[in-house]
Amino acid sequence: MKSMAIGLKQVRLRRLNLEPYILLLPSMVYLALFFAWPMFQAFRLAFQTDDGHLTLSYLQRMFGDAAFIKALRTTIVLVVSIVPIQFILALTMAILVSERLRGADLFVYIYSIPLAVSDLAAGIIWFSIFTERGYLNSLLYNLGLIQKPFLFLDYRTPWPIVGIVLAEVWRATSIVFVILVAGLQSIPRDYIEAAEIFGANWFQRVWKVILPLLRPSIQTALILRTILAVQVFAVVVAVAGRGVTVLAAEAYRWYSEYRSPHMAAAYAMFILVISLASAFIYLRTLRVREEMRL
Amino acid sequence: MRRRVLLVLTATLLLGLLAACATPTPQVIKETVVVTKEVPVEVTKIVEVTKVVEKEVMVTPTPVDYGKVAFISTQCVPVEEAEKMRGVILKDFPGEVEFIPADYATFEDTVMAEVKAGKGKISVIGALHGQFPTLVAAGALQDLSHLVDMAKERGTPDAFIELGKYGTDKQYFIPWMQATYILAANKKALDYLPEGADPENLTWEQFRDWAKNIYEATGDKKLGFPVNGLLHRFLEGYIYPSYTGGMVTTFKTSEAVEMWKFIKDMWQYVHPESMSYEFMQEPLLSEEVWLAWDHTARLINAFKERPDDFLALPAPSGPKGKGFMPVVVGLAMPVTAPNQKGGEALIEYLTRPEVQITTLREVGFFPMIKVDYPGYVAKGIRLQGEAVSKQAAAPDAIPAMLPVGLGPRSGEINKIYRDAFTRIVINNEDIETVLKEEAEKLQTLMNETGAPCWPPDPPSKGACQVK
Repeated sequence: MKSMAIGLKQVRLRRLNLEPYILLLPSMVYLALFFAWPMFQAFRLAFQTDDGHLTLSYLQRMFGDAAFIKALRTTIVLVVSIVPIQFILALTMAILVSERLRGADLFVYIYSIPLAVSDLAAGIIWFSIFTERGYLNSLLYNLGLIQKPFLFLDYRTPWPIVGIVLAEVWRATSIVFVILVAGLQSIPRDYIEAAEIFGANWFQRVWKVILPLLRPSIQTALILRTILAVQVFAVVVAVAGRGVTVLAAEAYRWYSEYRSPHMAAAYAMFILVISLASAFIYLRTLRVREEMRL
Repeated sequence: MRRRVLLVLTATLLLGLLAACATPTPQVIKETVVVTKEVPVEVTKIVEVTKVVEKEVMVTPTPVDYGKVAFISTQCVPVEEAEKMRGVILKDFPGEVEFIPADYATFEDTVMAEVKAGKGKISVIGALHGQFPTLVAAGALQDLSHLVDMAKERGTPDAFIELGKYGTDKQYFIPWMQATYILAANKKALDYLPEGADPENLTWEQFRDWAKNIYEATGDKKLGFPVNGLLHRFLEGYIYPSYTGGMVTTFKTSEAVEMWKFIKDMWQYVHPESMSYEFMQEPLLSEEVWLAWDHTARLINAFKERPDDFLALPAPSGPKGKGFMPVVVGLAMPVTAPNQKGGEALIEYLTRPEVQITTLREVGFFPMIKVDYPGYVAKGIRLQGEAVSKQAAAPDAIPAMLPVGLGPRSGEINKIYRDAFTRIVINNEDIETVLKEEAEKLQTLMNETGAPCWPPDPPSKGACQVK
């Protein structure tokens, strides 16, 4: 009888130890099934021929592809221009909102609206603004500023890139904003008030108190935005068609138009490597020291 | 009690939903055409009928029912078109047709799997001329020679019937419907037509001059190409055959170099937003462009919405002739067809004149057989139909087929032509260098797939060779 009770206790103990893992299991299975496995498959597609030989030929072909350098260059240009603009805008907006001005809550909602817009829809909206018979040309014409439509989407000018940057900034600044607002709200007012008592002006408060404490959120926001900017696709295709190409667009075309899953996988692998590298750089440079955690 | 009420409520709701799903409301399009015509008949002779009826024909009051016929097709895949197939085009077939739209990969896998297993459920296959060779090579298709007479009687051109033989003496498909690429022109452009040019029979030079005249007079580039759409077909099936007489073999000949010089020259007058155009009907309707080349299905809305403003024109000719690309869709039967009678009846049904006209009206594919366009076919469609016939019947016509025999790699050939275009015309790279480099890729593709030449290139033994 006694031994049985001990046995039961042991079982209960073991159960207790297993509990976190059991709770983690569904998400682990989900990640393994829908992320890890497809990723592994993509790796295999990029490095293995149909009859099972390991090969680097797909990678070589990708690097030699006429569109590769152009796509890489545009992707980098887009990341480098979109991310800083979005970050500065979102930070300004977030700090303004957290200043508790009247009606600040309303701004949170207004700023977050584009979150609900899909990237393709955003691309189409901005296409209809910039196209020859679009809203912008109609407006300029009606104001008497131009005599005939200006071709913003002429592939020989940098205008399509400007259009894509505007569309992306408009669409995805809110995600950075939401993350930063959440971070700001977790900073206790005491710190800021203490700084005020010590005579810190507004800039000093932002620079010395808010920004350092916001670091974890900044890190998350930057990693997320950079990865998404490396993958940018629908907006580019909708705004500029074939006039501007990016890595993700080439991956898509290799899969759906030129029907080579191997080449598409090679491009996808390359995008993954860039994303990982950028995440790694952010994690290193914006490292959050233990004592700085709230 | 409350629970029971809830239960009953849910059950009724569910039943209602089921009932709603089970009875889709079909769109009934009724058109009554009343024809009143007085035919004066003069009876001049009274003929006595003396022939003895030797055979008694039993007329059964119940019509023949061919039962279930599964019909897989790589065409009419978009939901809207598939619904038209099921709800309108196949509606009057005496039997129950299960229409299965499928993309190329699924289609090929399904048919091959059934043939390998030795039994299947598919009786009829509808696919492009270039999508059959793998199945032909695998011995998956029946010989339909016994249906050829019927197709010929209905006026299917011999050239198209010949395509269904793939160089053998067997008939692997019966031509079903066709599409192609033509020109569309806004009537406003007619004022700028080069002197002495016949819009129905242009040369590519005249076509360029037309765009040039418009540019010089208005300052606008009014010529459009679907660079974000099917531009590769323009290169493969129109300009290459027109200038070089071939598609693959002549890829880097001196004529090809001249041709690329011409394209570069013409590109000065091409609307810069062409890079975003996927379907030319939209920029035509918004009048961003006045002249355009595209697939008939991607121009149709312009002709449907404003038939009086647009002209449908055959493609221009080059030094070697009028290169054009007919998109031929054929009907075939797998060797494992479970419903032989029903399958043959379905092929017969789909190639009937009235069904072909319905197909044109509903999904925009043109008839394979001789038809008179009846009055109720919209003017826009009739315009296109006439341009399609004129293009195919031109004395200098060079029909260029979609790539054949490349199997799953048929997309890669488009990449080569597109890359050549981007590098030469957009990036301004040296023509000879680009052609040499891309020709190597083209040759590798041909060698690796072993694809023999297809029209307009002369037939080859073994893989097609770039000159």
